[in-house]
Amino acid sequence: MPRYVLMRLIQGVVTVWFIATATFFVMHNIPGDPLQKEKAVSEEIQKNLEAKYGFDKKVVVQYGIYMWNMVRGDFGLSFKHENRPVNQMILERFPVSAILGILAIVIAGVGGVLWGALTALYRNRWPDVIIIILVILGISVPSFVFATVGQLGIVVANRVVGFEILPVAGWGTIWHMLVPALVLGLGTMAFLTRLMRTSMLEIVNADYIRTARSKGVPIAQIFAKHQFRNAILPVVTVLGPSIAAITTGGFVVENVFAIPGLGRTFVEAVQQSDYTLIMGTTVFYGAFLVLMVIVVDIVYAFIDPRVRLK
Amino acid sequence: MTELSFKPTTVDADIEQTSRPSLSYWQDAWMRLVANKRAITSLFVIIFLLLFAFVAPHTVWRVKHDIQNLDRASEPPWVNRKAVVVPDSEEWQDVIASVAIGEHRVPTMLEVVGEATTTRVRLRWDAVPNAQGYRIYRNIVEPTEGDPLGLSIGVVKEGTLVSFEDQLDIRQKPYWYSIVALHEDGSEFEVAKTLRVRPKLSVAVSEAQALRHISDVQPGDTIQLFWHPLGTDYLGRDMLARLMKGAQVSLTIGIAAPLLFMILGIVIGSVSGYFGRMVDAVLMRFTDFVIALPFLLFMILFKLLFVPPEGEENILSKVQDFLNIEGGILAMVVALVLLGWPGVARLVRGEILKIREQGYVEASRLLGAPSSWLIGRHMIPNTMGVVLVSFTFAVPATIFTEAFLSFIGMGVVPPTPSWGSMCNDGIRTMETYPHELLFPALFISITVLAFNLLGDGLRDALDARMRSRE
Repeated sequence: MPRYVLMRLIQGVVTVWFIATATFFVMHNIPGDPLQKEKAVSEEIQKNLEAKYGFDKKVVVQYGIYMWNMVRGDFGLSFKHENRPVNQMILERFPVSAILGILAIVIAGVGGVLWGALTALYRNRWPDVIIIILVILGISVPSFVFATVGQLGIVVANRVVGFEILPVAGWGTIWHMLVPALVLGLGTMAFLTRLMRTSMLEIVNADYIRTARSKGVPIAQIFAKHQFRNAILPVVTVLGPSIAAITTGGFVVENVFAIPGLGRTFVEAVQQSDYTLIMGTTVFYGAFLVLMVIVVDIVYAFIDPRVRLK
Repeated sequence: MTELSFKPTTVDADIEQTSRPSLSYWQDAWMRLVANKRAITSLFVIIFLLLFAFVAPHTVWRVKHDIQNLDRASEPPWVNRKAVVVPDSEEWQDVIASVAIGEHRVPTMLEVVGEATTTRVRLRWDAVPNAQGYRIYRNIVEPTEGDPLGLSIGVVKEGTLVSFEDQLDIRQKPYWYSIVALHEDGSEFEVAKTLRVRPKLSVAVSEAQALRHISDVQPGDTIQLFWHPLGTDYLGRDMLARLMKGAQVSLTIGIAAPLLFMILGIVIGSVSGYFGRMVDAVLMRFTDFVIALPFLLFMILFKLLFVPPEGEENILSKVQDFLNIEGGILAMVVALVLLGWPGVARLVRGEILKIREQGYVEASRLLGAPSSWLIGRHMIPNTMGVVLVSFTFAVPATIFTEAFLSFIGMGVVPPTPSWGSMCNDGIRTMETYPHELLFPALFISITVLAFNLLGDGLRDALDARMRSRE
């Protein structure tokens, strides 16, 4: 097991190196001048600026400096936010995205597993049919529609009641998080519900369920101990990709609800051509996702003894 | 015993039939697909969408998608189109009232002169004692006590001048006009008189003539305005035409990109799976790397890389002009291909590894078939089932990605519409004109749903092992 973890971590580091390199070379070749200013500057100032950000050096040297700084965990200074270090900005914004993401993952995971189990229990009866219709909606309606409709819902609800039940946008309290997290988790919840249902129904016909039943184990116990616990395994495997999907969804939700998270920061950085911030955020996100995939793999090895034995 | 006792019986051909005509893999799959009602319905929906995108704009609905008409901006589909023709301009004498006496702080009377139309609304009131002028407000909701009165549309600078003509972008909906008297220094009296006005849809004579291409339109006539079946957007562009154009963009990207990255993935996956060893190790390592790139962030970076700044050109934009396709579509397809192939490559490699060990491949090799034959004749055709299924699922995923990127303004370049950018536009007017968001969102959802259901059906039909248990 420690060997497996170590191997996965080394692979992860190499992958992050690749992400950083790809980011560097893509950004380096983007057309346009990164130091473009609204006002024309004198040649001397331009040269000083270039020297400050290292644009006067050769590409290889720039790449070397960039990699070395990255190894030390330094993403440089932001171009547009008056000399603020990118590290500081990421440290400020990431927790916001992380809290939102964790909340969304919890909502999606718990909801998906429960709804999925429920549909399997009531197979082809009305609770099943209703949930399946909702699942189809959840899978085929884009997240930004959920986000805008969710926000409109808050506006209307506030107007009907006459005072502010929930804030329409912004960040700060738990009340700010509820609707954005729900909206963010909906798509993944629908996907997980479907997966859980399929997996539950597959297990109903398994030999060990039949054995348990013939031995007279109570239905509730079969359901909780044998069916449910085994059905959850496939759900855990897709948690890794789900985290990526929820991070992605965060872009829209953060924009719609004006939440000062990392996704919104990235979109703004792109709009303002803030090169160092774009690079820093991309590499950080990449590294985070790689880490998440590794964590999910290791967790999976822990909860499924069959994997551990190999 | 007679001869008759041993008469041979005739063989009944109908009963003895135990075999049926042999079906190929694809024929069998097709039969199973046709039996699946959901999948077939979805297939018809997809065909309809393709016709909607690529045939309808040239046949049934030839309205241009980029013609703006600010007079008819944000019109819902159910709007009344019967317009009354009114004169272009009419002299209107200002109404002068005699100096008022009394204690009232607001006009005692406020009324519309003539007929209120969307061309002009004329108001008249009676003078307020000590007023040195009036300010006129217009609001789209009823102003309650303490609320702002709405848009200030004009000021009258004399206490006895008690009329006002509003020609400012009036729509066909109720308005609340408020009149506030002014002190000498221009400050307002604290109370206002409010009147609800519902203007009638109207067009000026010259405008009506231009629309109808005839000259004998008289004031007082009623004419039917041009029909926008799904309404118009915030610039007065026809929604149906824009949805068709958006369908072209979204479906082109949604089908072309998966098609291309499937091909790339098949090539890389089959080479990797067939040759194994070093080739496999290198290619698969690279695949792992590309899969690890944060997809959406790199889509945006590639967009920055491929779409040149305004006025400049690069190879992609030249190819794009050459192929005569619009704003940033090619850049997005290329970005999707660069990031999309690894999943397919892994899938195909896995299949190839399985097929490589099959007896018929061994036999073919023994008979001296070259590698190209083994790959081209045995391996790739046998992976087509899996590939087709993953293609069907890749299409809705790609349409989602495109919509998503266009929604945050990182997708196709405006003014080219796509369903995603139309949703983005629609959000601004969501509360008052929901149709601008509703229709593009509906189209995205239906398309994604149809492809997903077709994908489910194909998976069930093509591969019995992967059959879902719903």
